[in-house]
Amino acid sequence: MKHSSFDVVVIGAGHAGLEAALAAARMGVQTALITLRATDLGAMSCNPAVGGLGKGHLVREIDALDGAMGRLADAAGIQFRLLNRSKGPAVQGPRAQVDRKLYKIEALKEVRSTRNLTLIEGEVTDFRISSGTVRAVILADGNEFAAKSVILTAGTFLRGVIHIGHEQSQGGRIGARPSIRLAERLESLGLRTGRLKTGTPPRLDRETIDWELLEWQPGDDRPEMLSFLSRAPVVEQVACAITHTNAQTHDIIRENLDASAMYGGAISGVGPRYCPSIEDKVTRFADKSSHQIFLEPEGLDSRQIYPNGISTSLPANIQEGYVRSIRGLRNARILQPGYAIEYDYFDPRGLSATLELKEIKGLFFAGQINGTTGYEEAAAQGLVAGLNAALAAKDGEAVVFSRTDSYIGVMIDDLVTRGVSEPYRMFTSRAEFRLSLRADNADQRLTPLGIRLGCVGEARKAAYSEKAEALARGRRQLESEQFTPRALNAAGIKVREDGKKRSAWDVLAFPDTSFDAVEHLVPAASEIPEKTRDQLRRDALYVNYIKRQASDIEALKRDQGLEIPQELDFLRLSGLTNEVASKLAEAAPSTIAQAARIEGVTPAALTLILGHIRRFKGKKAG
Amino acid sequence: MSTIFALATPRGRSGVAVIRISGGAAFAAARSLCGKLPASHSVALRDLRGADGQVLDRALVLAFAGPRSFTGEDIVEFQLHGSVAIVDAVLSALAAIPGLRPAEPGEFTRRALENDRLDLAQVEGLADLIDSETEAQRQQAMRVFSGKLGEKVAEWRTRSIRAAALLEAMIDFADEDVPEDVTDEVLELIDGLISELEAEIAGSEIAERVRDGFEVAIVGPPNVGKSTLLNRLAQREAAITSEVAGTTRDVIEVRMDLNGLPVTLLDTAGLRETSDQVESIGVARAIQRAKAADLRVFLEDGTRMHVLQPGADDIVLTGKGDIHPGKNAISGLTGQGVSELIERIAGILGNRAARVQTAVRARHRHAISKALTALDRARDVIKSDSGMAEIGAEELRIANHALSALIGRVDVEDLLDEIFSSFCMGK
Repeated sequence: MKHSSFDVVVIGAGHAGLEAALAAARMGVQTALITLRATDLGAMSCNPAVGGLGKGHLVREIDALDGAMGRLADAAGIQFRLLNRSKGPAVQGPRAQVDRKLYKIEALKEVRSTRNLTLIEGEVTDFRISSGTVRAVILADGNEFAAKSVILTAGTFLRGVIHIGHEQSQGGRIGARPSIRLAERLESLGLRTGRLKTGTPPRLDRETIDWELLEWQPGDDRPEMLSFLSRAPVVEQVACAITHTNAQTHDIIRENLDASAMYGGAISGVGPRYCPSIEDKVTRFADKSSHQIFLEPEGLDSRQIYPNGISTSLPANIQEGYVRSIRGLRNARILQPGYAIEYDYFDPRGLSATLELKEIKGLFFAGQINGTTGYEEAAAQGLVAGLNAALAAKDGEAVVFSRTDSYIGVMIDDLVTRGVSEPYRMFTSRAEFRLSLRADNADQRLTPLGIRLGCVGEARKAAYSEKAEALARGRRQLESEQFTPRALNAAGIKVREDGKKRSAWDVLAFPDTSFDAVEHLVPAASEIPEKTRDQLRRDALYVNYIKRQASDIEALKRDQGLEIPQELDFLRLSGLTNEVASKLAEAAPSTIAQAARIEGVTPAALTLILGHIRRFKGKKAG
Repeated sequence: MSTIFALATPRGRSGVAVIRISGGAAFAAARSLCGKLPASHSVALRDLRGADGQVLDRALVLAFAGPRSFTGEDIVEFQLHGSVAIVDAVLSALAAIPGLRPAEPGEFTRRALENDRLDLAQVEGLADLIDSETEAQRQQAMRVFSGKLGEKVAEWRTRSIRAAALLEAMIDFADEDVPEDVTDEVLELIDGLISELEAEIAGSEIAERVRDGFEVAIVGPPNVGKSTLLNRLAQREAAITSEVAGTTRDVIEVRMDLNGLPVTLLDTAGLRETSDQVESIGVARAIQRAKAADLRVFLEDGTRMHVLQPGADDIVLTGKGDIHPGKNAISGLTGQGVSELIERIAGILGNRAARVQTAVRARHRHAISKALTALDRARDVIKSDSGMAEIGAEELRIANHALSALIGRVDVEDLLDEIFSSFCMGK
């Protein structure tokens, strides 16, 4: 039996586990990454794409802290598109189609070349826990690894059940066995759990699709990369194709609803509303005669095509029937039938904002087991858990992300204070400070923090400080001189004759001010490089809105600083209604800011809680 | 930190109303109304003038420089003559000053707490202090949401959620199967909201609310003399202006003028545990209406009642005083104790009239005007066709946030619900 010891042990090497292990290793602590199969490192079980709206923001934030996801996707990216290009920069999200195989190769390379990181193949079946603290993990082969912190990223592998029609099999992904012993061990810890489900579409054979009948969707002419460090795509670029379901498709599905696992009642878990199965779409939106399908290649040398939009749990022969009713897919061969997967998740309200369990010290949960969906959501949690596990191992102060500084902060706050009722996915509308939290300024928001924490490497540090200096210099130039409304109007910038003097920076906030006009005012501005100009423009665009949000941000930050002691028993506070008290007890908020986000909690109730905190502290001190 | 103000008239009978302002801009704001302020921790008599120079009231003005004040911040107190019109005028003048806003319930106490201005003994008693504020807030909310105005508010909420959801769907699901252009529908929704909120702020609904006056519910177990008492009150002392017997609800309303106050008396179903389905609906309604009422008169017959407990100000009497005589007994049949009851009701409500009503109006007006500004801006941005949907969405968020006192909080989950029930997402 091997007995080794590490600072941080990460269980699972999907997107959460990968980012967690890399982050811990970057922080300079001895880290082990344990996975069932090293070949599955960074596997994309669902659609072959990274980024998008909200998700692209998360990838940029991970990248800003020197995480891997953006760089890996850029290296394996076969098509790049910036979504919402016609709208403002705050809601633009970069997205890449990714070659699955290349992504896994790049991920493995990254792990192998990272210092302080050991990759171990094996199945974790047990934890050693004493005095409420995790001490070690135990593998199926009897090996034991001691650790100061353990991060569990089990994905859909905890009691995963795969459904194709009425056939069921156990598995964490198609072709991969689930972790049943670990699930049983976790059950014995008495954590609150639930069941969720998600679906996948049938995978089609590229050679059997009539491509010439289909409409094409190429990538952008000027690709927008996911990582701040990438310049351009490195592998061949391809297009996706678009087709649609039709009345015949819908008839076939409707006639066979009984055979669907989801409609036949075989699945109890809750699925996401934003990613309904084709059975759901046909039933719930019966008046729609057609649904869009994106045909996404899974890789440059892969025959598999991922038809995005028709996930299903119908039996394989019916999948074939409806697929072949679709334009361009008449002769399509299914390489892998679509399936639904049901799995355990843990109520994330049992976690603190560092993703450490409140009940067990040193044990962190990240990714899909916290009730989220998506590679990006998982990776972002992995990063947070990895940083904090490393900080805990070093006895450092924890790092907590805020709703005011990042989408990461929004997501974690949502998870730990409000829990989930369906698989949680990021949307830009979840971020109330959306105009400040842009994909383009993720580095300006987070890289300085990463440098302070010590998780940012030399290359990024240098690239970032160069960019930051250029921006500061450019802004100084634009703010150097004030102009009267008259001078501005003369320069072609329309302003009201209100006698107020404005700098070139101020007028850049007007959406219709061109940089040419600005150069006219401040000739030195012509020396500002194009990239810096573009970024200054984006920074200036929302300043007036961001100023208006300043007091909201200030209030939220203040509330985040007001910590609620874990010992405070909400059920025994006089003055709260029973309903509010029990909601608070269930959510167990750790700050006043978290308490404020719980439904039914009024400002008066917050004052009351605050009073009790004071009394609590007073008694303790006295 | 913003500067807040509120009517803080203490409980009990008083001809004086106190308005308190706290925060960094308190002194400047007060000066704009009363000119020179007295020295800190002293008092002076001043004329308060509105923006147009009109004298609003001659008031005692007290100034307290922070941190030696209740909240730890600069505080000014105006002690006014206790008339609804005067209080209302001064609150409006304060609301018009940039940087000032009406306080949330409990907010003065919260600031005092945060600035360490309450000692441990005071903190012990905090629950009572805030309880009264919370209770007032709850009653206000329920009053606004009931009846015709309530229906309208619910409808505003549906429309503002719909407008925001349409914009958010265009932003968050741009690469999916959503209709390209929702602009026309969004503009129509915004225009509708703007014109109705403008009508609201012009005062029609709120004025009606003030005319409607207070609700007083008579509650108690069955057959304790509630209806007889109502009839007696209506016949002897009151001018009945209308009588509505609900066809579906078991609550009878009688509107009357009680010592100059507009009051609606509610006769409710007898409260008891019952297995009869129809009766239990009646009981549930009775409880709901009674809780929402401003004041409850409990008639008791010696049995214990679990379903509803009297609050601090509520009146508790023994019913059928003709059969069960006693100090606290009342009888609709003989008229025993009825005049005293009218005195008590008028006394309690009279004290509240200035306080509750004006606070509701000031806060709501502030919320509505803030929302209107944001809606106007949203309309401009969306019409301008600049493609900046996120700015339009931001303005709608500000509007919904401002209206939350009126229509309830609009959460991102409400928007997502609307999006997913309207559009078939999922690529």
